[in-house]
Amino acid sequence: MLGLAADRLRADTNRLLAFLFHQGILDEQFLQLQQLEDESSPNFVSEVVNIYFHESEKLLRNLRSLLMDRELSDYNKMGIHLNQFMGSSSSIGAKRIRNVCVAFRAASEQNNRAGCLRALELLEHEYCFLKNKLHELFQIQQQRVLAAGVRYPMQN
Amino acid sequence: MGLKLKQSYHHSAVAVKVNEQMGTKRGYTFIQSNRAWLPKFLLLWVMVMAFLSTWIYKKMDADNKVRRKEVLSTMCEQRARMLQDQFSVSVNHVHALAILVSTFHYYKDSSAIDQETFAEYTARTAFERPLLSGVAYAERVRHSEREKFERQHGWTIKTMKREPSPIRDEYAPVIFSQETVSYIESLDMMSGEEDRENILRARATGKAVLTSPFRLLGSHHLGVVLTFPVYKSKLPPNPTVEERIEATAGYLGGAFDVESLVENLLGQLAGNQAILVNVYDITNSSDHLIMYGNQNQEGDLALLHESKLDFGDPFRKHQMICRYHQKAPTSWTALTTAFLFFVICLLVGYILYGAAIHIVKVEDDFHEMQELMVRAEAADVAKSQFLATVSHEIRTPMNGILGMLALLLDTDLSSTQRDYAQTAQACGKALIALINEVLDRAKIEAGKLELENVPFDLRSILDDVLSLFSEKSRKKGLELAVFVSDKVPEMVMGDPGRFRQIITNLVGNSVKFTERGHILVKVHVAENPKPIDDAKAETCLNGGLDEGALISGGRQFNTLSGYEAADEQNSWDSFQHLVTAEALQNDASVRMTDADEAFQSVTLMVSVEDTGIGIPLIAQDRVFMPFMQADSSTSRNYGGTGIGLSITKCLVELMGGHISFISRPQVGSTFSFTTAFGRCKKASLSDTKKSNAEDLPSGFRGLKAIVVDGKPVRAAVTRYHLKRLGMLVEVANNVKIAASACGKNGSSYGSKIQPDIVLVEKDSWLSGEDGSLSLRMLDCKQNGFKLPKMILLATNITNAELEGAKAAGFADTTIMKPLRASMVAACLQQVLGTGKKRQPGKGILNGSSVLGSLLCGKKILVVDDNMVNRRVAAGALKKFGAAVECAESGKTALKLLQLPHSFDACFMDIQMPEMDGFEATRRIRMMESQANEQMNGGADEGSGRKDEWHLPILAMTADVIHATYEECLKCGMDGYVSKPFEEENLYQAVAKFFKTKPISDS
Repeated sequence: MLGLAADRLRADTNRLLAFLFHQGILDEQFLQLQQLEDESSPNFVSEVVNIYFHESEKLLRNLRSLLMDRELSDYNKMGIHLNQFMGSSSSIGAKRIRNVCVAFRAASEQNNRAGCLRALELLEHEYCFLKNKLHELFQIQQQRVLAAGVRYPMQN
Repeated sequence: MGLKLKQSYHHSAVAVKVNEQMGTKRGYTFIQSNRAWLPKFLLLWVMVMAFLSTWIYKKMDADNKVRRKEVLSTMCEQRARMLQDQFSVSVNHVHALAILVSTFHYYKDSSAIDQETFAEYTARTAFERPLLSGVAYAERVRHSEREKFERQHGWTIKTMKREPSPIRDEYAPVIFSQETVSYIESLDMMSGEEDRENILRARATGKAVLTSPFRLLGSHHLGVVLTFPVYKSKLPPNPTVEERIEATAGYLGGAFDVESLVENLLGQLAGNQAILVNVYDITNSSDHLIMYGNQNQEGDLALLHESKLDFGDPFRKHQMICRYHQKAPTSWTALTTAFLFFVICLLVGYILYGAAIHIVKVEDDFHEMQELMVRAEAADVAKSQFLATVSHEIRTPMNGILGMLALLLDTDLSSTQRDYAQTAQACGKALIALINEVLDRAKIEAGKLELENVPFDLRSILDDVLSLFSEKSRKKGLELAVFVSDKVPEMVMGDPGRFRQIITNLVGNSVKFTERGHILVKVHVAENPKPIDDAKAETCLNGGLDEGALISGGRQFNTLSGYEAADEQNSWDSFQHLVTAEALQNDASVRMTDADEAFQSVTLMVSVEDTGIGIPLIAQDRVFMPFMQADSSTSRNYGGTGIGLSITKCLVELMGGHISFISRPQVGSTFSFTTAFGRCKKASLSDTKKSNAEDLPSGFRGLKAIVVDGKPVRAAVTRYHLKRLGMLVEVANNVKIAASACGKNGSSYGSKIQPDIVLVEKDSWLSGEDGSLSLRMLDCKQNGFKLPKMILLATNITNAELEGAKAAGFADTTIMKPLRASMVAACLQQVLGTGKKRQPGKGILNGSSVLGSLLCGKKILVVDDNMVNRRVAAGALKKFGAAVECAESGKTALKLLQLPHSFDACFMDIQMPEMDGFEATRRIRMMESQANEQMNGGADEGSGRKDEWHLPILAMTADVIHATYEECLKCGMDGYVSKPFEEENLYQAVAKFFKTKPISDS
């Protein structure tokens, strides 16, 4: 019964990941990240992703305030933020977000305020989407760990 | 005009550029700089020459005219003098006649002369007066005496018109006359106007006088009449005119028939036809009376000559005018000369012009070609750069694909899926290999490939390459062996990677195209090659050995595997020579190495010999051309793109060598190349040796071994590997000899070799009777000597054979070929039990484990402002066992890296706020160089640290554009890894300095 649940959970994980890859939301870097997880750092991925969420929310806030604050936005600063965002996104393999960042940066370089706003909307949307999906993923993994934890004594 | 100027400026600018690129200072020639003037020069030349030839014509013509004039004047003068002379002669004679008349007619009382006498005399003396048609004497008769006179002579005085004369004061009737003019007898001379005047003048002057020319009676020719007075009495000296008139008794007259006479006279002279002569009476200067010649002005009017004539009559003046009969003929000579001169000059001018034009054209073409060449070269470089860039760009995503495929293969896959994925991975690997090759070639062509110059161990590299192919060759049953001459230095300076690439390429080709036989890599020093006959002599010395091989092999060749090799020069003869020469020179080698120290470089001759399918003769000349394979079926059967050999050639040439090959279809190919390597200095040798990863164990030094092998080449290869381990090696031709050596050793020769190990080639073992061997061995054992370890050498061996071998006494071990020193060492360790520790696994080349071993225990600083990135990088590095510390900005990193620190490496993000990666690196390097200076200034040896401070800094960058990479190097970074981390990429970057550079901080 429990073994069945574990299988189901793993299938769910795989399905979710396959979906994320298929939609181009994540790329292979996320797999690399998962490979870095081992006994010495069991929660590496979720740790990194949490840092990523934390940083990203800060960055998104900054970007929105920069765009909303006054008529003349500081595009330079915006570019720095976007670079940061891009860097961290590519590190965890958030491909779609990274692509939106690229578009955002192109708009900001052209001082295209409307474009920036549109890109920001999109970015926020994508970010929420990714966050939800990753939370879902982590939840499944959590359950898997729990299931595995239950299974260990049975094996021994 | 402005445009033109600009154009020309542009043109010259290009030309200057071209000149600069050619590196030669080359000015324009005179012709080139005056090209616009060339037609004008030609025109000027033609005009000058036309002028000159006209001048020549004029000059020659003038000369002609002067000569003509001179000729004319000479002829004219001649004629005039002649006429004058003749005339005066005649006049003199008439004078004499007058004296005759006066003497004999008047002074004698009765006249001694009558008409008859006079006529006779004058007729007989007519030759004296050629110009006179006749002479006559007229007596002076006064009117008072007329009747008496008429009576006396019996006729009346008649006028010229033959009428009886009217009454006058005086008459002058002709009384005597020459027969030619007898018609004038009795005519009164005074009745003719000219005659009368003449008579009066003659008696007044007492001299001969002439009439003006008139038509003579009778002949109607133009003529003049000469009149001479005859005086009755002797005149007093200086008589007055009256006295003369008074004394006059008569007149002697003669008619000059000038016309016919002059004609006659001139007829006697040469050139009569050429000139036209006129004689004039010019007494009346306004009206010239013509005496001779045609009145009509004919002939050449332009040129005439006047000569004065003096006929003895002071009252009358005459002149002769000569002309040429014809106009001066056109001077053909002058004309032709001038014309020819002009034509020649014209031609010369045209030739010069043509030459100049040609020169200009050729020079223009040359410049154009030069420009085109520069452009073509630029295009070529651009192409190579493009290739380099593009292949680099392709490589990056390819790595992603391959990585993903690798990950995919780790997951749960059905067998079909696995098969697909594996196929995809194999294809991807092939593609990336091709791209790498193209990149290499492009780099070489773009001149971007730089060779390293680091010390390396050639032998271990060859062993590595061999191990790469050992699996394949074993599968095919090929003998794969390497032999390095003893004279090749242990460590050489050069580019190990590229050398490995060359060898890998050549051996890879050989393995690919060889189905049976062997592949042998040989390295020896290319200097001082011994003459062949020397080598022959050596082989004679070892003749017995040779013979045995031939007999046992039957139709075998003295090569590694017994198959025929393409390059016979390269086979046993030279090989034997190589080995024996080395043996002979062993004692001299100390001196040799001393001498060799002087040379900075050593030239090695490397040859790769195989017994494959060979290269078809028609394809042999394009073997080194990129993308050329022997024929299209080659790539179908064997794969490959045909770019490998061209890269190899490029690499060999970059390393200062030369590659060539000998190949015979169906027999095999031998590729040989030379390269120049630097020698290692002894001081650095010990250092680098320590660092050399693959150090051979020294536990076998002094051990004695016998190699039993029927094939001398193979035996030599085995001996070479054993010698590298420091063992003493004997070669025995077959098992019997080896066994007998063993046995003898046991019985009598204590001092001779006592083998610790006997290595037996599988072929020898199979051919020899195994029974005898084991028997002998048993003998040895019974004699109480230590039993030598028996080792079987085999390329491939079946299980049955293995069992057989074990039964026959090869219980100890079997060494699978190809031989490598390290592998042999490992086996021997196992057999002899001397090895306590195993060499850390070099055998399994797994990326992560290698990376783990590289990074394990290293302390690494990661500098990145992005927390996520930092975390990921740290995680990745930690996974490989490194101790990671993080810094979030350049400034923090600087603080952490204050000397002395304990970091082994630093990964530096480039894009960071405040202080970016470049700047941070620059500062770190500055710090280090200061510290190094201080250290060198102070105690340089005491600290025990020989290396200077140099922290390897690797850039982390998301974009791996070439320019960025170069900037990384410029500011002192050691390399870069692309972000996010990829295992292979990381390994490549890290391996570069963790392997070649020993641990700097220890």
